[in-house]
Amino acid sequence: MELTTPTLVTAAYLVTALLFILAFANLNKHETAKHGNYFGVAGMTVAIVSTIGLAIDRDGIEVLAYIVAAMLIGALVGIWRARTVEMTGMPELIAILHSFVGAAAVLVAYNSFLEAEEDPQVKALYEELGTTNIHNGEVFLGVFIGAVTLTGSIVAFLKLSARMKSAPLMLPARHWLNLAAVLVSLGLMVWFIIEPSIVPLAIMTVVALAFGWHLVASIGGGDMPVVISMLNSYSGWAAAATGFLLNNNLLIVAGALVGSSGAYLSYIMCIGMNRSFVSVIAGGFGTDGQIAGEAKDYGEHREINAEEAANLLAEASSVIITPGYGMAVAQAQYPVAELTRRLRENGTEVRFGIHPVAGRLPGHMNVLLAEAKVPYDIVLELDEINDDFSDTDVVLVIGANDTVNPAAIDEPGSPIEGMPVLHVWEAKDVIVFKRSMATGYAGVQNPLFFKENSQMLFGDAKVRVEDIVAALPSRVPAA
Amino acid sequence: MRIGVPRESKPGETRVAATPKTVEQITKLGYDVVIESGAGLAASFDDAAYTGAGASIGGAEVWDAEIIMKINAPTEEELGRLRAGQTIMSLLAPALAPDLVDSLAARGVTALAMDAVPRISRAQSLDVLSSMANIAGYRAVIEAAHEFGSLFTGQVTAAGKVPPAKVLVVGAGVAGLAAIGTANSLGAIVRSFDARPEVAEQVESMGAEFLRIDVEETGPSATGYATQTSADFDAKAAAMYAEQAKDVDIIITTALIPGRPAPRLITEEMVASMKPGSVVVDMAAANGGNVAGSVADKKVVSANGVTILGYTDLPGRLPTQASQLFGTNLVNLLKLTTPEKDGQFVLDLDDVVIRGMTVTKQGEVLWPPPAVAVSAAPAAAALAPVEPKPVKVKDPNRKFWYVGAGAALLLILAPFLPASFLPQLTVFALAIVIGYYVIGNVHHALHTPLMSETNAISGVIVVGALLQLGTGNTLITVLASIGVLIASINVFGGFLVTYRMLNMFRKA
Repeated sequence: MELTTPTLVTAAYLVTALLFILAFANLNKHETAKHGNYFGVAGMTVAIVSTIGLAIDRDGIEVLAYIVAAMLIGALVGIWRARTVEMTGMPELIAILHSFVGAAAVLVAYNSFLEAEEDPQVKALYEELGTTNIHNGEVFLGVFIGAVTLTGSIVAFLKLSARMKSAPLMLPARHWLNLAAVLVSLGLMVWFIIEPSIVPLAIMTVVALAFGWHLVASIGGGDMPVVISMLNSYSGWAAAATGFLLNNNLLIVAGALVGSSGAYLSYIMCIGMNRSFVSVIAGGFGTDGQIAGEAKDYGEHREINAEEAANLLAEASSVIITPGYGMAVAQAQYPVAELTRRLRENGTEVRFGIHPVAGRLPGHMNVLLAEAKVPYDIVLELDEINDDFSDTDVVLVIGANDTVNPAAIDEPGSPIEGMPVLHVWEAKDVIVFKRSMATGYAGVQNPLFFKENSQMLFGDAKVRVEDIVAALPSRVPAA
Repeated sequence: MRIGVPRESKPGETRVAATPKTVEQITKLGYDVVIESGAGLAASFDDAAYTGAGASIGGAEVWDAEIIMKINAPTEEELGRLRAGQTIMSLLAPALAPDLVDSLAARGVTALAMDAVPRISRAQSLDVLSSMANIAGYRAVIEAAHEFGSLFTGQVTAAGKVPPAKVLVVGAGVAGLAAIGTANSLGAIVRSFDARPEVAEQVESMGAEFLRIDVEETGPSATGYATQTSADFDAKAAAMYAEQAKDVDIIITTALIPGRPAPRLITEEMVASMKPGSVVVDMAAANGGNVAGSVADKKVVSANGVTILGYTDLPGRLPTQASQLFGTNLVNLLKLTTPEKDGQFVLDLDDVVIRGMTVTKQGEVLWPPPAVAVSAAPAAAALAPVEPKPVKVKDPNRKFWYVGAGAALLLILAPFLPASFLPQLTVFALAIVIGYYVIGNVHHALHTPLMSETNAISGVIVVGALLQLGTGNTLITVLASIGVLIASINVFGGFLVTYRMLNMFRKA
């Protein structure tokens, strides 16, 4: 057997695909996660180097100029963003990176179509294989998924970076609009396969771009963990579709891995909110964004000030902190970490309880706490910590609301009924950090605030936590 | 409107219905406050402190104010100073003192009983029974410790071992729980019993062992207070008390049933069986007592050397804070009755809290109020009326049907697909399965790095764009270049940001 460049490249792709699988497999736990990233880098290097080799072999050395120029610019932009991004800004970065995959998928699919149209040789090859229709169908799908991912991710980015209102956009008959977009695209696909031309493809592109935009615009900010995971999944399917149309198994494998990863994350997030995937994607919260929770009188809340909170904490032997998106907004992770450090020095057991949908991104809170140097082994997830609240002296709820709402358990008919929540109210004392008595994302009042053992600490979470740290009496006298 | 705070006339009373701190809060609600000179002295608040907080100091004219705030129910003499149209807020025990209710009504006075607050969570902030019981429970342990001739906490010293004291707390209401907590923090071994089994969790959360007796008994009570118990229950409980009495050093009883004399729980024989030097605190002594031989307000020593304390002024023995809490309860009542914060008192009888507390209104007797259910006992009562949702029974064989249908569909479609397409589909399907299982194992905490890693890896689409650069067609080359550029952002940005994040995670 002759060793040609294409067979070498195929072998390299196989190696890359396996390295990618290893990358994900190693990401499963903290100890090996870094190795996972190295495997990913190694796989990508093999893939890119071998592809550049194939491109030079096939198209001549001149092509290297384009490659170097384009990749250099891309690398510089990527490295600059990756180095400067704030951990609170991770959701935005990830959203915009999804949109790039979508855009690339659209471009590659268009190119593939143009190539087949322009180059008689390529066209003849497809006809000889009898796959012209299949190829055109793949092009069409690739463009469609890519375009939806592109605009959907851009909207998600705009919402997350507060350049766009995070409230769901409620167009009349929005479900029909979505259905119409899908049906029109299907019709255009039939047209395109029967009579391939740029016209149906271009019309569909516009429709798909609008569809992606509308799809995410009608989903509210608190559902962002699901939306991001969903777009993550789409970006994978877009890459896989590209693989099909280029007959490239590496792209199919990588796309399928990413696609199923995103789908799995969406699934976890939906379970975390006790909502069906369809209801999240259909937009709004509950039925058509109507807020169901009737105005119920829970009585009066009690307030506490920073000094009293500090005394309570100093007396406590076990403390659990449950952060939410509010902690990210207030950038309170550093004072929280400092408070944690001080309490631990005093011999207090401090742990964190993280709800799966806390924040705007799966695992968002973990990254923020890690950034502030909170050790990861005291940061626990819902199932690991929920039984421990009853043995806990003080719980600090920082910027979380719906994820600690007892109504999910004891108020049948509440919009968040059945959602798994952190049972913070079982602790002896609960201190809730909040800017005001406003409701959370679900628009549901939180009976936690009116419980006998909860006290409210109003104000900016960062400032308040700093106040507590300052007021914390040292149990051990200074040596 | 003016609010008058008289000096308490009851002998031995040390508390006062307003403190400088609550005066400040009341003034903010728009009222003027007059304090009788010397009213706060026993609670360590002098007249100057009140004037500093914005009150004026007066003599007997405090009784002329539109609203009178007191700790204890008015005496005969004090009743004589009340006139029609005035409002009085104090302890009244309306269920036990019908004569008082009648004479209040006869005078045309509006009276709010601070000890008749409905037991709903919203009213918790004005319930003096809770706030006083909390203090009393604490003080009961302190009094017991004072009389008890031994240490509470166990110690091992060079001079020998000291065993910890054993404390039995009967009745786990607010006072009982406070007593449990206090005894526990002094280092004693604490046991507790209550006729309401649902409080076991609270007892255990305070660090005591909950004693159980084997009997089917009363569910959660609708009023939040204990109700009377059955004969069988009483017999078994008595046997348990008898057994405990021989073992423990301290007994604190807090059993009260509203509107009835306190149940007799500890008999003379039980007291006689206790070790000499033991202490019994009967917190129900004012209502007849839980303990045989206890005398209200007195310390009694039994023949075998057991001290029985019947103090009824336990909150008053911590006057400063008892006054502060009582005063805060009153402030919270005023907040409820001063909706506009303009110093105008509004009695809204549609509010169940206000309705429950209002004993008389301008001469009309409103006691007893209509029953208010829903209360301290949450679980069973709240959930009972809700129909359980019909659970969809999943067909256990469903999985096989789906798999079968999927396989059949593939088999039917496959022959119509071009030969070159099937291998790709195979790769695709297997990769999805691998992805699902691999990703399913990823720790929740690593989901953000996982996403950025997938960002980088989906940047592998760059290989598609790379191979389109050299087609010679300008448009294609331009589009492909853009594709390479943005996919490279993903590759480099994704891997680097993942690296950055993973470096942050560190173990303790």
